Amino acid sequence: MLIFWFKVICVYFSSVGFGLFMNLPHKALNFAGFDGVLGWLIYYWIITPYPAAIGQANFWGGLVVGLSAIIFARIKRMPSILFEVTGLVPLVPGGQAYNFIKNFALGNYSAALNYLDQVILIAGGIALGFIVSELLLKFEQRIRHLMVKRAI
Amino acid sequence: MAEKEDRNYEKIVVDTCVLAGTIMIESGSEVSRVNDTMLRIAKNAGLKDPQIYVTVTGIIMSGTADSGAQVGSVDKRSFDLEKVTEVNELSREFAAKKIDINTFYDSLVHIDDLVSMFPEWLQILGAGIVGATLVVVFRNDIHDFWITLAIAALGWIIYYLMGKYIQVKFLSEFLAAVGVAFAATFAVILGLGINSDDIIVGGMMPLVPGIPLTNAIRDMLSGNLVSGIARGVEALLSACALGFGVALVIRFF
Repeated sequence: MLIFWFKVICVYFSSVGFGLFMNLPHKALNFAGFDGVLGWLIYYWIITPYPAAIGQANFWGGLVVGLSAIIFARIKRMPSILFEVTGLVPLVPGGQAYNFIKNFALGNYSAALNYLDQVILIAGGIALGFIVSELLLKFEQRIRHLMVKRAI
Repeated sequence: MAEKEDRNYEKIVVDTCVLAGTIMIESGSEVSRVNDTMLRIAKNAGLKDPQIYVTVTGIIMSGTADSGAQVGSVDKRSFDLEKVTEVNELSREFAAKKIDINTFYDSLVHIDDLVSMFPEWLQILGAGIVGATLVVVFRNDIHDFWITLAIAALGWIIYYLMGKYIQVKFLSEFLAAVGVAFAATFAVILGLGINSDDIIVGGMMPLVPGIPLTNAIRDMLSGNLVSGIARGVEALLSACALGFGVALVIRFF
């Protein structure tokens, strides 16, 4: 349990640290950290009982990062890309990509392709989550538009 | 006389739009947002039929049908999200009629004075923090926290200095990867770290092109096919440069 809380703190600071060298506005740093934590918590919540479901876990993680980025962007009146970029950091398939390169360099091609598979699955999952969150935003705007029209 | 004034007004509006778009792409915004912002500025300024063509390497825009088009070229792309925010903010103030087009243009020209970067030591510390914390998150490895902090910061310093003096992005990424992998291997040999794989993963994280890749996919899906492919190739080249750097060192040890 202790390591879980330590990890949550680490996730928060990884997003904030990324914001530091991406030159995020000062006011956005705290929310960027929260965005990362939210996305990672959903990912963790799915991956712990189902370790094989890396695609699904990253899809839901990406979706939550995208949605909370849109909400934070509205609260802070800043572009949503600020929070998406930083919230994404804890989900990036860094370990698998490294294992792919390492096995490829050492000549274990079947193991390397196995890891490449995982990298593609994770990256695709995150991207799909982002796309769905943007789709929901468009849907919401359309509904709001219709409501305004009806009110008139 | 009035016609000439119209021409001048239109010229400065188009110049403002192109400059705003160029700054946004240079600072790492996605193409559909740039398109959106430029169209909004043009509409708010009262242009009737603005035509905009945005790619990641250049922007073409014309105001009305019979006037010439303006071109803005984008030579380097980096990440400076505060600039994106600032352009967004200026565009919003312009839409609310708080500033006029001349002030808008002047602010864009002097945007480097308006936007302050974090000091360099803080950026380096940020890179170190990203590496160190992600080692814990990805690899459950608490023991290598401090050494990864140092090595990720070292990798960023190499990347930063090379970027300043060599200006070939892929080469500086390659050299940074070599440096990180070497440092990690030596740290384990000297007994400062425990698992060199974990340290390398952490040290690479600030350099990984995760954002160009997501931007590529989003550009592609919003219909900006040229930009999507260009960005995808850029991300792939960066990933290959990092991979070759690490693979080179792993081969030797």
